[in-house]
Amino acid sequence: MKTRNRLSFLVKGTQALVLALAVCFSLGATDAGSRFTDLGHRLMCTCGCSQLLGECNHVGCPESGRERDELKGLIASGQSDKEILNWFAAKYGATMLAAPTGEGFNLVAWIAPFAVFAAALAGTILLVRRWSVGRTHFAPIEPSNEDPAAVARREKIRRETESGFDEGNQP
Amino acid sequence: MAAFGSFALIIALALAAYNLIAGALALRLIATGQPARISPERLADTARRAGIAGFVAITAAAFALVWSVFTNDFSITYIMEHSNRALPGAYKFSALWSGQEGSLLLWAWLLGIYGFVLRLTHKTDVKLYAYAGTIMAGIQVFFLAVLNFAAPPFALYAGAIPDDGNGLNPLLQYPEMVIHPPMLYLGYVGFSVPFAFALGALMMRYPGEKWIKTTRVWTMVTWLFLTAGIFLGMHWAYAVLGWGGYWGWDPVENASFMPWLTGTAFLHSVMMQEKKGMMKSWNVWLIFCTFLLTLLGTLLTRAGLVSSVHAFAQSSIGNWFVAFMVIVLAVCIFTYVLQRSHLKSDHHLESLVSRESSFLFNNLVLLTACFVILWGTLFPILSEYVVGNKVTVGAPFYNRVAVPIGLFLLLLTGVGPLLPWRATTFRSIRRNFVIPSIALWSTVIVCLAVGVRPWKDGSLDQGSFYAIVAFAVSIGVFTAILSEFLRGAGVISKQTGKNLFSSTLLLIRRNTRRYGGYIIHIGVVIVVIGLAGAAFNRSEEKELGLHDKLTVGPYTLENVGFTQDSNLNYDSEYAQLDVYKDGKKQFQMAPEKRVYLVSNQPQTMVAIHSTIEWDLYVVYEGANPDTQQPIIKAFLNPLVGWIWAGLAILVFGTFIALVPSINPHTAVLRASAPSRVPTEPALKGGH
Repeated sequence: MKTRNRLSFLVKGTQALVLALAVCFSLGATDAGSRFTDLGHRLMCTCGCSQLLGECNHVGCPESGRERDELKGLIASGQSDKEILNWFAAKYGATMLAAPTGEGFNLVAWIAPFAVFAAALAGTILLVRRWSVGRTHFAPIEPSNEDPAAVARREKIRRETESGFDEGNQP
Repeated sequence: MAAFGSFALIIALALAAYNLIAGALALRLIATGQPARISPERLADTARRAGIAGFVAITAAAFALVWSVFTNDFSITYIMEHSNRALPGAYKFSALWSGQEGSLLLWAWLLGIYGFVLRLTHKTDVKLYAYAGTIMAGIQVFFLAVLNFAAPPFALYAGAIPDDGNGLNPLLQYPEMVIHPPMLYLGYVGFSVPFAFALGALMMRYPGEKWIKTTRVWTMVTWLFLTAGIFLGMHWAYAVLGWGGYWGWDPVENASFMPWLTGTAFLHSVMMQEKKGMMKSWNVWLIFCTFLLTLLGTLLTRAGLVSSVHAFAQSSIGNWFVAFMVIVLAVCIFTYVLQRSHLKSDHHLESLVSRESSFLFNNLVLLTACFVILWGTLFPILSEYVVGNKVTVGAPFYNRVAVPIGLFLLLLTGVGPLLPWRATTFRSIRRNFVIPSIALWSTVIVCLAVGVRPWKDGSLDQGSFYAIVAFAVSIGVFTAILSEFLRGAGVISKQTGKNLFSSTLLLIRRNTRRYGGYIIHIGVVIVVIGLAGAAFNRSEEKELGLHDKLTVGPYTLENVGFTQDSNLNYDSEYAQLDVYKDGKKQFQMAPEKRVYLVSNQPQTMVAIHSTIEWDLYVVYEGANPDTQQPIIKAFLNPLVGWIWAGLAILVFGTFIALVPSINPHTAVLRASAPSRVPTEPALKGGH
């Protein structure tokens, strides 16, 4: 009963915290110039300096000034972000976009990292569960036939890397 | 000197080849016990001596190149292309690695140094060192073959010898460039050593985990060099490229980061093998992959597969690297398949929530991060191959994909050490996690209270959101580590009667490896706080006439002069800016633009004023051609100094971890003698 009450308190506390954070987050201010900054950081300068358009400031850049003016003009004309990005991609090529789009083969660029992470996470959890199940129920560890010196060395390393202040080891 | 250098390289190649063949033959004879006309032990020793002599030969070649730079020997093409008479002395040294041939020679020379030290200390374990030395000789043969046949640094200039050279790339004429590449190369090349030991130990079915203990110092020192090299590169990019940032997810930056990630994973996961006999195959493959990634990095940048602002030399040696990587991979796979029974691990865990599991998840996240970066770096090539369109994979991709993974890794940095080995309980979790959790959520609330908003215009502001998460997790992790120190020091303090500071020192000395590791984690936390500051960068740009002013944050910059200078190496223009804060003059800055005379290339020299709070970073963008007045761009970059401070802590922690722990028995007896406190509990607690 005591545990259930504690759990209920934790759940309610978490809900209250999430609500409070949501309220705080929704108080965010608006910034009229942020679109230029945002889009400038989603486009590359085409002069070959490998910098984002919003950050390219090297001496004598022949492209970034004109491209920034074009960006300002497109924002002022009321086009959406997607339309502006498409306009630049059509004019300068897809390499002007600083990241792959979410369409066609480019979608693979975005999906693969998360798919690999998910698969690796699931694999790790399964592995840990299998190893721990094997340990506790099915495969009691047999006495090691390793060299006693190696066992002693491993024990020494264990002592060196273990805190000794973990639970059960408190002096 | 060109003939002497070339000759030294040929001799070095012959000696490395002898080291490889004789070493391999001797080890084969020892392994099979076949009778031979020469004692295999003596043959192995001649191979080792050939390796030492090879180092002398490569040193002679490196000396010849440096001598040629300093004596302006423009009959050598490499010197003509990468140096000139007016180049300052320190930068003449950096000419050694500013081009393809020179940097390969540096690689071979550093490999020679590592091999030299390894061969001198062979008595530690003669047989294992013989295997490692032979494998390193194999690597050396590759680099020396490339130097002799594909990228000779002493190739003579065809035609009339010019009076002066083309000069060093202006981007490289910066103090950090004298130490950044050698550091990075020491890191890259250094991973050859644990690789050679791992492969050698597997080949000879070396019993136990002693090879890990043997290579631990090598791996940590190598990791330290690579870390320092990466950070020095960041600082160079920050101070020289003039865009106000330090990391642009450039392919060359990525190439250095990938082996760092796998190397870091290796440093963590070997503890599982040392302590539990687990993950033997995993560790072997981690170090194999780390070594292969160091080669891949060189391939990516040298073969022109990807373009980069950091790549200063490209050529056709890519095919050599591809062939070598294929051979290395084939040898690794073949050896692993043949000897995998030797790597049978004692896999047993008692709980999903334990220190052991946290190491597994740590490896998972580090390897995922490595994959993401490799994927992003190679995707443009893949896209071009599959659909015929080359795309850019730049900062927005990595910020969206890699940054969350990095923050999760940071969280694990704090969670892992708080979990006990074997298994944990609710009581233990509550005891260890309550204070860090409170610190974490308090930071979130403080951030919101001071006006940091993760939403902007009704949508998520990615930069601010990540910054809040990074600050909060960093403070949580810092609190967790601090509580570990305090808990341990408290116990010692009770037992010995020493004050908390002395107890903390004793705690660290008794377990340098563990607490050195924690100090490294604190360094990482400080670095992350510094990186998170980038979300709040501000900048202003303005054309400044005499006594015109530009304000950025709390600083006001007044143009008090605009002048020109010149020397034998370059012409420069710079603005003199008085900087005011709260109406009082604080200091003067002089951002500069140089035009190097030989190459006629312009270069920005940024003026930076660093404080613990932020950097005032001022760029002179050039003079307006119509008005001839300077255009100044000023950035206010919060917390950048924390990144470099974090590196210092990280280096300090690594040194601590490298120092052997004192014997706890002696320490406790010594510490407790005056106060006559019973020693038995301390022996238990200090382990």
